[in-house]
Amino acid sequence: MALKIVKGSIDRMFDKNLQDLVRGIRNHKEDEAKYISTCIDEIKQELKQDNIAVKANAVCKLTYLQMLGYDVSWAAFNIVEVMSSSKFTYKRIGYLAASQCFHESTDVIMLTTNQIRKDLSSPNQYDTGVALTGLSCFVTPDLARDLANDIMTLMSHTKPYIRKKAVLIMYKVFLKYPESLRPAFPRLKEKLEDPDPGVQSAAVNVICELARRNPKNYLSLAPLFFKLMTSSTNNWVLIKIIKLFGALTPLEPRLGKKLIEPLTNLIHSTSAMSLLYECVNTVIAVLISLSSGMPNHSASIQLCVQKLRILIEDSDQNLKYLGLLAMSKILKTHPKSVQSHKDLILQCLDDKDESIRLRALDLLYGMVSKKNLMEIVKKLMLHVDKAEGTTYRDELLTKIIDICSQSNYQYITNFEWYISILVELTRLEGTRHGHLIASQMLDVAIRVKAIRVFAVAQMATLLDNAHMLTGNTQRNGICEVLYAAAWICGEFSEHLENPMETLEAMLRPKVATLPGHIQAVYVQNAAKLFATVLKSQEGNTDSTTAQEASQLMIDRLPLFVQSANLEVQERASCILQLVKYIQKLQQKDVEVSEEVCALFAGELNPVAPKAQKKVPIPDGLDLDAWINEPPSESESEDEQPKAIFSKEEPKHSRPRHTEVDEKELARRREARKQEQANNPFYIKASPSSQKVYQETPGVEHIPVVQIDLSVPLKVPGLPMSDQYVKLEEERRQKERAEKKKKDKKKRKEKRSGRGKKHDSGPESEEDITPAHMVDIVTEEMPENALPSDDDERDPADPHKALDIDLDNLESAGKRPLADSEKLPVRSHRAAEVLKSPAEDEEGENVSSLEPKKKSSKEKREKKKDKDKDRKKSKEEKKKKKHKHEEKEEADLLCGQADEPAFQSEETNEVVTPPTSTSADEAATVAAAEAAPAPGAISVTTPDSEPEEPKDTEMEETKSSKHKKKKQKREKEDKEKKKKKKHHHHHHHHGDKGGEESVQNGTVEEEEPLPPMSNYCLLAENSYIKVAYDIQGNLQDGSQVVVSVIFENKCDSFLKSMEFNVLDSLNSKLQRPEGSGPHDSLTIPFQLPPGVSNEARFVFTVQSIIMPQKLKGTLTFIVKNEESSTHEKLDFKLHFTCTSYLITTPCYSDAFAKLLESGDLKSSSIRLEGVNMPFHHLLARICFHHHFSVVERIDSCASMYSRSIQGHHVCLLVKISSQTVSVDAKCDEPTLLGNVLDEIKQTFSQC
Amino acid sequence: MIKAILIFNNHGKPRLSKFYEHFNEDIEQQIIRETFHLVSKRDENVCNFLEGGMLIGGSDYKLIYRHYATLYFVFCVDSSESELGILDLIQVFVETLDKCFENVCELDLIFHVDKVHHILAEMVMGGMVLETNMNEIITQVDLQNKMEKSELLLADKCSFA
Repeated sequence: MALKIVKGSIDRMFDKNLQDLVRGIRNHKEDEAKYISTCIDEIKQELKQDNIAVKANAVCKLTYLQMLGYDVSWAAFNIVEVMSSSKFTYKRIGYLAASQCFHESTDVIMLTTNQIRKDLSSPNQYDTGVALTGLSCFVTPDLARDLANDIMTLMSHTKPYIRKKAVLIMYKVFLKYPESLRPAFPRLKEKLEDPDPGVQSAAVNVICELARRNPKNYLSLAPLFFKLMTSSTNNWVLIKIIKLFGALTPLEPRLGKKLIEPLTNLIHSTSAMSLLYECVNTVIAVLISLSSGMPNHSASIQLCVQKLRILIEDSDQNLKYLGLLAMSKILKTHPKSVQSHKDLILQCLDDKDESIRLRALDLLYGMVSKKNLMEIVKKLMLHVDKAEGTTYRDELLTKIIDICSQSNYQYITNFEWYISILVELTRLEGTRHGHLIASQMLDVAIRVKAIRVFAVAQMATLLDNAHMLTGNTQRNGICEVLYAAAWICGEFSEHLENPMETLEAMLRPKVATLPGHIQAVYVQNAAKLFATVLKSQEGNTDSTTAQEASQLMIDRLPLFVQSANLEVQERASCILQLVKYIQKLQQKDVEVSEEVCALFAGELNPVAPKAQKKVPIPDGLDLDAWINEPPSESESEDEQPKAIFSKEEPKHSRPRHTEVDEKELARRREARKQEQANNPFYIKASPSSQKVYQETPGVEHIPVVQIDLSVPLKVPGLPMSDQYVKLEEERRQKERAEKKKKDKKKRKEKRSGRGKKHDSGPESEEDITPAHMVDIVTEEMPENALPSDDDERDPADPHKALDIDLDNLESAGKRPLADSEKLPVRSHRAAEVLKSPAEDEEGENVSSLEPKKKSSKEKREKKKDKDKDRKKSKEEKKKKKHKHEEKEEADLLCGQADEPAFQSEETNEVVTPPTSTSADEAATVAAAEAAPAPGAISVTTPDSEPEEPKDTEMEETKSSKHKKKKQKREKEDKEKKKKKKHHHHHHHHGDKGGEESVQNGTVEEEEPLPPMSNYCLLAENSYIKVAYDIQGNLQDGSQVVVSVIFENKCDSFLKSMEFNVLDSLNSKLQRPEGSGPHDSLTIPFQLPPGVSNEARFVFTVQSIIMPQKLKGTLTFIVKNEESSTHEKLDFKLHFTCTSYLITTPCYSDAFAKLLESGDLKSSSIRLEGVNMPFHHLLARICFHHHFSVVERIDSCASMYSRSIQGHHVCLLVKISSQTVSVDAKCDEPTLLGNVLDEIKQTFSQC
Repeated sequence: MIKAILIFNNHGKPRLSKFYEHFNEDIEQQIIRETFHLVSKRDENVCNFLEGGMLIGGSDYKLIYRHYATLYFVFCVDSSESELGILDLIQVFVETLDKCFENVCELDLIFHVDKVHHILAEMVMGGMVLETNMNEIITQVDLQNKMEKSELLLADKCSFA
């Protein structure tokens, strides 16, 4: 008993479980963070233990901490460990943690491929389920590519539980690996009619998601969906299908017609509101798509609107919300039928629920007319005053502006009213939409000529009261309005009643606190006002006012000259000097006003927003063609070296401008004019724009009516829009009365007037005449503007890649799946990828030593795949025999480029380690793309589905497989060797070198580089082969990373691999905290037969100037069915000096400086009988010794590299008739000597 | 598609967060805070849909939530989901929790967030609705729990032996 208690408490102490953690956090409310950090320390300790239960418990706790916002990515590797536990309990914990914190850039995801594949094919359906669920959250393009085929197989699993998950996850796979869509689509389609409703629902779900983005590709499925819609009783499925139809109908109106009837039936019959709502929505979509062709569906519209009204009137706020939402869709095409429910919508504006108010606002947009605009806006303005939150108020503000400005101010009859609304809106505190109001003010003032007088007066008042807008720093959003006000006052200053006053207002010292761009406008427009003042005083004998103006400018402008803002400063100092000059002239009584006004003369026309885009490209202009001959490469190479060693002279200075002739000047002027024409803020004087203006139809013919002076032009204080509402009412009544009179007159005179007769009945839209004839200046467009081009889709949209034509799959004859489109299938092949070319043959032999005994189902399957593989490749070869050699080569090339089979293998077996550099990754990708492989296989089917046509083929292969196998292998090998010369290096790991050197600019020639690999053999016995590569750690000058590839050569499982090294004084293997200096490291994976994997070990080194060797051992257990034996392999790790160098790019100027500095010691070597092209030589040095080429001139190149401890190593490599001389400089002579020795050795080997 | 599922209590303490799109931990916390802020200031009898939320979504996304006693269940979904359908789904979720925990309360979610995740995994997978039938969900969850139990029993036996 006592023992039990003790044991329990010990358990407690060591294994705090999730519940304890939560409890602990709750008990440490005041110092939660501290408590959690101690917990994390505990978790770290737990993760170090071997017991998987302890690890799983730790990971489980981490998942909880992740939810609380703690970064747990550091434990990613432990999560993978827990995921790979054989126990479901732990596996589930691992996958949950992974799904919560893994994402595309989690490195260790690459390690999971095999584990996930194993789980997917587990006999336990919940292992599979848990893997699928996890994968759905963290699938990456690599995982998608490698596992697509496995998942596709699961789509036909016997258990519906697995089927539905597999079907659903395919969508994620498609997103990450679009190539899988075509091959998987037929099966997906098949699943639409799966007997299990869950699977069916999943398939509908996936296709709906796909079709939503690219509907046209799924039109052909419409009949099938139609059938489903009429037969299914699952509301969830029905909703999805009906939504899908909503996306399809715009593309196929005939479908819409067919849908209306069943949908209306559903609307009448269903009791589920969700279904009813979606039906209504889709009917609306149908009606929208039909609206152009057939107007005869008023009954359906009526039905929809009625149903929606019922929803909106419902007490359930959700239905109200949705009703309004759907209503806004009808509004676009059938505004009339919605407008009759205006009462209801206005009522919703008063709802206490913000979501509902927002929806109602959306609807208002379509409800306004000339008649009710003022009334509606008045109501909204009341809401603006009442609104509590700024978001809703800002929303109101934008809506007011939207409503008023829609379709070119169509509904505004009185612009004075609108201007005063805008001015009223400026009183809003803390709005974000100052710029919106400002742009409206500018737009109206520019485009409605008749309103300028009024606008200018209002703006002058605004400027005068600017302190109200700027006083509070919190309101700074609104000060944008001053930008507009200043510009309007300046540009249209001729309308100002008292320009002098405004000028004074614009030059107040307070202005200097405004944002720079506004100050700039102030300064510029002050100059315009100044010009106006001068002009108004012209001819006046008393010149005091004019002189006062100049003096004011001269007094106030220096403040702006001091501005920190460049724009303000520049404008202010220009204008200041100008005014000083003017003042001098004034004192001499010279008339200057005309000249000053000429500075700002000219009419300004608005330019359409897309005008610039729509300028058509003139015939014969090719924008991609070179204007000049491109500078030749040799030229640039000749020039560069000179510049490096001598000081560069500024050659391209100004004097060249003097040479420009008259013609050129004229051309430039023309170009500038063009540019100015497109700049809305440039004031132009060119007559051409005037011409365009006159050409705009109808504008000039509209008589500009004098402004109704019943409104005082200058409203004292700030204006009240309400006045205008009343005035407008009066005006309209008056007009109506007049009209009636006229009508009576007309009737009396009995003249047949115009065709239209005015009703004396209720006021109709046309009756309302605007207060001022509004001449909205149409926006300018370039001549021959291209027809409107719609905004392109976002290029980053992942769904773009899924725009794949799937119809061809329908009938097999059209375009069957090309080999390249088939999903990658994993097949057993030795990791040939890793070996240097010399070892390749051996590699092939290894792979032909196929494991003879395979127990699990999974393995049998794979074997089949492989056999199919071989068969195909054999067929291919037969075909090729009849072709010419060249053609064969070409075939092989495309075959390779397209063949994805190898890709999967590559990433499965050469798992790029977590800390890989980007160059590394690029290389792997490139390698994967170019990897050659024999024919891929389309689909693997589980044994449960014997009617699959491919099975016969399989049987056949099976029967004769042993004999054939060898022959095929041999053939394959031969084939391989043939192409190896040319292509092998593409998929070789050593490709990395090629990549790197290209980046550094070494390899310009097309001549292919020979294959290279930095992985050299570490040790080998009959079970395992170990290769390694050492690279410096960029971040840490005392660390190097040793990547070791373990390759299983035998047909047994290799497990419990442990890696150990005898540390020297200088170099030590980094072991996890808490382990002793002689402990070995467990390698975190097992190796199935024929598989290889990579692990990385970090070593700390102190001195890097000497190469050294470390002795070590690898121990592992060889396990096959009968027995398991413990094996050991000794090795020597050779740390060369090269491995301490890191490829570092260096610019030639920095390089020259370095050489000149004199801190470097020099040394040189000579290599005789080097028989390779110079660029190969350079590439080799770059690749094997981590150098980068600084520059290269003919047969001479300078190269640079840096050690992890910051030593500079500079090389000058020259070649002349097979003799290579390497002159080198380095700040550490011993290091240099060793590096040079190593270089020498590299070249003596080849 | 469902972009995220959040459960938090009346004070904004997260009880479950499931993001079907990657955000880093800080942003996730911000999203939870922002969502809580948006949702908690709404009255009881207003609609269950909510637009806005700068961090998550954009115009195509909506927050659909339900408030049960001390907990908010919030789903962030795009326009391909039926609003009322998701409301039903939340209901199914809560009822399932109720069955699995026998009268679920906030404490169950606090101490067994992993179980809640496992239940959710049977309903929604990678942001797509997997199963809406409560009985089916419960059957699968129970079977998995049974398996877990038998494994633990086995482990205990081993350790005693």
